[in-house]
Amino acid sequence: MKRIFITGALLTLIFNNAKAQDDKSEIDSSYYKNRKLKVEEVNFVTGYYTQNGNNSAVTGGIGSEHLTDVATSIDLKLHKKNKRNNIHSFNFELGVDVYSSASSDKIDPTTISSASMGDVRVYPSASYNYNNVESNYNVGGGLSFSKEFDYTSYGSFLNYSKASKDNNREISLKFNVFFDTWKVILPLELRPPGYGSGSENDKNLVDNKPRNSYNLSSSFSQVINKNIQLSFLMDLGYQEGLLGTSFQRVYFDNGMERIEKLPSTRIKLPAGLRANIFLSDNIVLRTFYRYYTDSWKVNANTISIEPVYKISAFTSFGLLLRIHHQNQAEYFKPISQHSKTDEFYTSDFDLSTFDSNLIVANARFSAPNDGVLGLKKINTVELRYGFYHRVTGLSSHIITLLLKFK
Amino acid sequence: MPFAIISCTSVKEYQKSKINDVDMALTTKKSEKNETNFILYREASSGANGGKTGGGCGCN
Repeated sequence: MKRIFITGALLTLIFNNAKAQDDKSEIDSSYYKNRKLKVEEVNFVTGYYTQNGNNSAVTGGIGSEHLTDVATSIDLKLHKKNKRNNIHSFNFELGVDVYSSASSDKIDPTTISSASMGDVRVYPSASYNYNNVESNYNVGGGLSFSKEFDYTSYGSFLNYSKASKDNNREISLKFNVFFDTWKVILPLELRPPGYGSGSENDKNLVDNKPRNSYNLSSSFSQVINKNIQLSFLMDLGYQEGLLGTSFQRVYFDNGMERIEKLPSTRIKLPAGLRANIFLSDNIVLRTFYRYYTDSWKVNANTISIEPVYKISAFTSFGLLLRIHHQNQAEYFKPISQHSKTDEFYTSDFDLSTFDSNLIVANARFSAPNDGVLGLKKINTVELRYGFYHRVTGLSSHIITLLLKFK
Repeated sequence: MPFAIISCTSVKEYQKSKINDVDMALTTKKSEKNETNFILYREASSGANGGKTGGGCGCN
C-alpha cells in the first residue's frame, strides 16, 4: 500500500506540473507551431566483467570468489517541444545481466546447479522529464523494476533542478525509493526440516523478506570560469528490512556455524566533490572526491583523477585512476573470529577494511555529421577497459563498449 | 575550495565552448555504468556520485 501511494504521489506531482505549463502555453502561444515527438538518441552499452578472489562470503570468508557477468543495456531517449519550446523528454531502458558465480554454487554443495549459481537479471525502467526553458527548471520522475531468480525490486524517483538565469549554477534534488523482496535461501546444512532450496522444482517453500531503500540526493554545481566547473554532492540514504544475505555463512571461534546476521536498518551519508578543469586546449582533468560514513561504522574515502587527452572535439583518450580506502563495518570479522556472544556478525570481505585501486583506459570517437566509420547513424563509439585490485586479494577486469545512435 | 567559489566569474553562453565539452560533464559517463555497478557491490560505501544507493541484491 505504502509503495503504491508513494509511486502514485510522485507521478501525479510530475504530470500535473507539466500539464499546467502546457495549458498555459496553449492559451498564450496558440500561434506557435506544435512539434512532434522525436528520437533524440539511442545508447547501447555492453560489458564483460570477471573477478577472482579467495574470500567468498558464501563459504564464511574463504573460498573462490570467481564471478563473470555480461551486462547489456539499451536506452531510448525521446523528446518533444511544446508551443513555448519547453521540452518533454521520455527515457526507456532495458538492461539484462547474465552472470555466473562459483561461490553461489556452494549454497548447496550437493548439487552442481544450486540456486543463483548462474542467473539472469532483467531491469526495465521508464522516466519522464519536463524542462521549462523560460524558468530554467527541470522536473521529472520514473519507475524501475529489476528481477532475478531470488530478488525482485520496484523503484521510483522524483527529481527537480533549477538553474540560474545565466546557467552558471544549478541546484538539484532527487528522491529515490526501492521496494525489494528476496527469497530467503539458506545454506543446505542450516535449513530447518521441510524448508525449501529456493529451486523452482522444489515443492518445499522458502520465506520472502522485504528490503526497502530511501535515498535523497542533492547537488549544487557552479561554473567557476571558462575552464573550470565543479559540483558538491550529498546523499542521505536509509535502508530497512533484510540487509544481511541469508546464504552467507559465518563460522565462530567455537566452531559453530550460522548465517550472516546484520541490523535491519542502515543510514548512509556520502558527500562528494567533483571538479572538472580544461587545463589546456586539449587536456581535460576530471576529478572526484567522496567521503562516506554510515550507521554500521563504515567510513571511506575515495578519490579519482582522470586526465583526458583530446585529439579533437570528437576524439579523446582518458586514463582514470581511482583510489579507495574503507574501514570495516563493526560487525565484520574474518572466519573463526566471531564470538557466540556477538549480536550481529558477517565475514563478507566487502564490509572489511581494505584499500582498492581501479585503473581505466578509455577511448571515445564521435562523428556527429558523417557517423563513426562512415555509418551515419552511429554518433559515438566508446571503449573502456578497467582493472580493479583490492588488497584482500580480489581482482577484476571489466571491458565496456558504448554505441550511441542519433 | 571557498576561494574557488569566491573567485568565480560570470561566464556568458558564447564563452562556454570548453565548459560544454562532453568531457567536462559533471556527471558519470554512460559508459561508466557497469564500473559503477560492480563497485557498488564490491565496496560497502556508495552514493554521491550519481549511482544508485539501493535496489538490487549485489550478493554475489
